[in-house]
Amino acid sequence: MNKLPDKSYLNDPKGLKSWLLTRDHKRIGLMYLYAIMTAFLLGGIFAMIIRLELLSPGKDLIDADTYNQFFTLHGAIMIFLFIIPSIPAAFGNFVLPLMIGAKDVAFPRLNLASWYIYILGSLFALYSIITGAVDTGWTFYTPYSTETTTSVISMTLGVFILGFSSIFTGLNFIVTIHKLRAPGMTWFKMPLFVWALYATAIIQVLATPVLGITLILLIIERVVGIGIFDPAMGGDPVLYQHFFWFYSHPAVYIMILPGMGIISELISVFSHKKIFGYKAIAFSSLGIAFVSFLVWGHHMFVSGQSELAAMIFSFLTFFVGIPSGIKVFNWVTTMYRGSISLEAPMLYALSFLFLFTIGGLTGIFLGALSVDVHLHDTYFIVAHFHYVMMGGTVMAFLGGLHYWWPKFWGRMYSEFWARISVALIFVGFNVTFFSQFILGSQGMPRRYYNYLDQYQPLHGFSTFGSWILGLGFVVMAVYLIHAIFRGKVAGANPWGALTFEWTTPSPPPHENFDKIPTMEHGPYDYDKIVPRSTLAESD
Amino acid sequence: MDQTVGHPEFLQHHFSDVEQQRESAKLGMWIFLLTEVLLFGGLFCAYSIYRSWNPEIFHNAHRFLDVYLGTLNTVVLIVSSVTMALAIRSMQLDRKKQTLIFLIVTLALAAAFLVVKYFEYSHKFHLGQLPGKFYTFTGIEGTNPHIFFSVYFLMTGLHGIHVIGGMAVITWLIFKTRGRTFSSQYYTPIEMTGLYWHLVDLIWIFLFPLFYLVG
Ligand code: HEM
Ligand SMILES: [Cu+2]
Repeated sequence: MNKLPDKSYLNDPKGLKSWLLTRDHKRIGLMYLYAIMTAFLLGGIFAMIIRLELLSPGKDLIDADTYNQFFTLHGAIMIFLFIIPSIPAAFGNFVLPLMIGAKDVAFPRLNLASWYIYILGSLFALYSIITGAVDTGWTFYTPYSTETTTSVISMTLGVFILGFSSIFTGLNFIVTIHKLRAPGMTWFKMPLFVWALYATAIIQVLATPVLGITLILLIIERVVGIGIFDPAMGGDPVLYQHFFWFYSHPAVYIMILPGMGIISELISVFSHKKIFGYKAIAFSSLGIAFVSFLVWGHHMFVSGQSELAAMIFSFLTFFVGIPSGIKVFNWVTTMYRGSISLEAPMLYALSFLFLFTIGGLTGIFLGALSVDVHLHDTYFIVAHFHYVMMGGTVMAFLGGLHYWWPKFWGRMYSEFWARISVALIFVGFNVTFFSQFILGSQGMPRRYYNYLDQYQPLHGFSTFGSWILGLGFVVMAVYLIHAIFRGKVAGANPWGALTFEWTTPSPPPHENFDKIPTMEHGPYDYDKIVPRSTLAESD
Repeated sequence: MDQTVGHPEFLQHHFSDVEQQRESAKLGMWIFLLTEVLLFGGLFCAYSIYRSWNPEIFHNAHRFLDVYLGTLNTVVLIVSSVTMALAIRSMQLDRKKQTLIFLIVTLALAAAFLVVKYFEYSHKFHLGQLPGKFYTFTGIEGTNPHIFFSVYFLMTGLHGIHVIGGMAVITWLIFKTRGRTFSSQYYTPIEMTGLYWHLVDLIWIFLFPLFYLVG
């Protein structure tokens, strides 16, 4: 019979103050997890409301202006408060030092600061809700964002502040990965999740400052009218779009790369097989990071950039498909002849594979110039980015959540309910969003509150799907919270995984390891180690 | 590792030795400086775009900047970079008093830079050479001459904020140096501030010719 360790990071030291002033990466990770889950809930509520409004044409629930504010809030919260910090700041913080056998990240104080900055930025962003919300869409395009009377400033200032939090996390991770790896852990013995965090951190550090200066320009433009983006004063609104997407395209890889890192872990652990093409997966993360800086113009095919530029951007966009494809093929090959066990994390990994592939392929459609001119700003785009962000990143996030949940708390969630919830989410997701590909190809424009009667059946179907999806999340919330208090004690290594975080008790002690671990085998050497037996012994 | 002499006070618990801690700080600082370069990079980008669209305005407007004051400030900042470097060197040699003097001189030079900038700014305010819709000056030909001043105030303003930030950190260093926190064994914060200060200097070295000199 297992029992929980008496002392762990959760209760040593005790007291609220010890949490609020903690420099322990595990506690900071957990605090991030609370914060982003709150954001996810809030963004989700907005999503349910807009979906409900779209149930039938005309006004059902909220008026057109409120609708504009709600989809903006939904998008901005999901992007800046939830998905960008989600995997790196919550799971990355918690597991990165554990995975490389370190006691903490390189700059623990900066790490805590980044959490407070995140909270501050979120408060600014949320303050905008009280003061009239924002109705520009999450992209804050000029000239509308400089003219609308809604509270663009507190929102963009919030996003600006959140950027610092993101930069600090990225900076911290790069240094941690370079300098704090355990003895014997060479670059090519690092778990792939660490590689993914590394590539992500590079993008965070290089792209976020550009968003920062862009938003500052936007705010100054709004406050004092410097005319940088105002054509009437010799400025250029398209310049805003260039600046914005120079960040925001790479930012979509800030969102997806860490998710891919989790998938690499899950696929290997739950296939009990060495990951296929380790180096290819590691380098393709860096490849994606690099290419991501060269394709921002594909958001602007119809914004008035030159035809030549559009052609070049279109061409370069296809390159993103290569490293993404490399990853997908390697994951599938890893599963081939593995002994696959279908616990919840693996079910999420499989959902990821399926949904991300659809999201990625439709991205290639959109990268093709002529096709994009037709599909731009329709529901096709909405479906595409939900397949990537929710079908991709959120599925990976949920997979990671279930995978590391026993490590966080030392207790196991209910596998039975977890499977029910995966099923609901998977089905609900496809019902909600697959219908939108069809809607979009038929010409239903994005960001519209009202629509022609002919679109009603598909919209109704989509809204129905969002209820299944919502139900899946409610179930999950219940069994996960239940697990914290009542779950079966998990033991150090319930999955029989080989990375370092599973060699220390769950929940880990304050100092992470009793003694700094050394590399005796690679993170995926399931062929050399006998992992199935560890599975049995942890029960 | 060669850590036979116990755990020095300044060594944080999660590092195994002083060298690792120092190296980490350095790498972190370089990455931070990179983000600063990108932050300014956006503005340099805006500068080159608006300059290429309005070559004449930029030419006519730049003559209203005072090259003498600009040169003076360039010299001030370069000297302050030198004194900053000397402060680090003194601490490496354990000469605390000397470090203190160099830090104070650096701080004074930074303040001098801001004073000069203040006079330049207030002169422009007085003439109405202000950014955007506040622009009232009539002495420059061409459409939208305010663009030049928008970009000028944005870039020098952001740079000025960095000078002020640097002054805050240097002030903190002065107190810490007096409080004997640093020694030839541990002077990383001074060294890191030095790196930052050189970057601030370097950015000005780009701003100066771009605004004051090229016509
Ligand atoms: C609970 C499931 C979700 C539902 C039902 C949902 C629904 C919607 C709807 C109806 C829109 C408005 C589309 C339009 O008119 O343009 C939208 C937009 C958006 N959603 Fe979601 N969404 C969900 C989850 C997510 C997640 C997880 C993310 C990202 C992490 C996300 C990111 C966005 C973004 C960025 C927009 C664009 C907002 C804009 O146009 O400014 N959504 N979503
Ligand atoms: Cu893009």
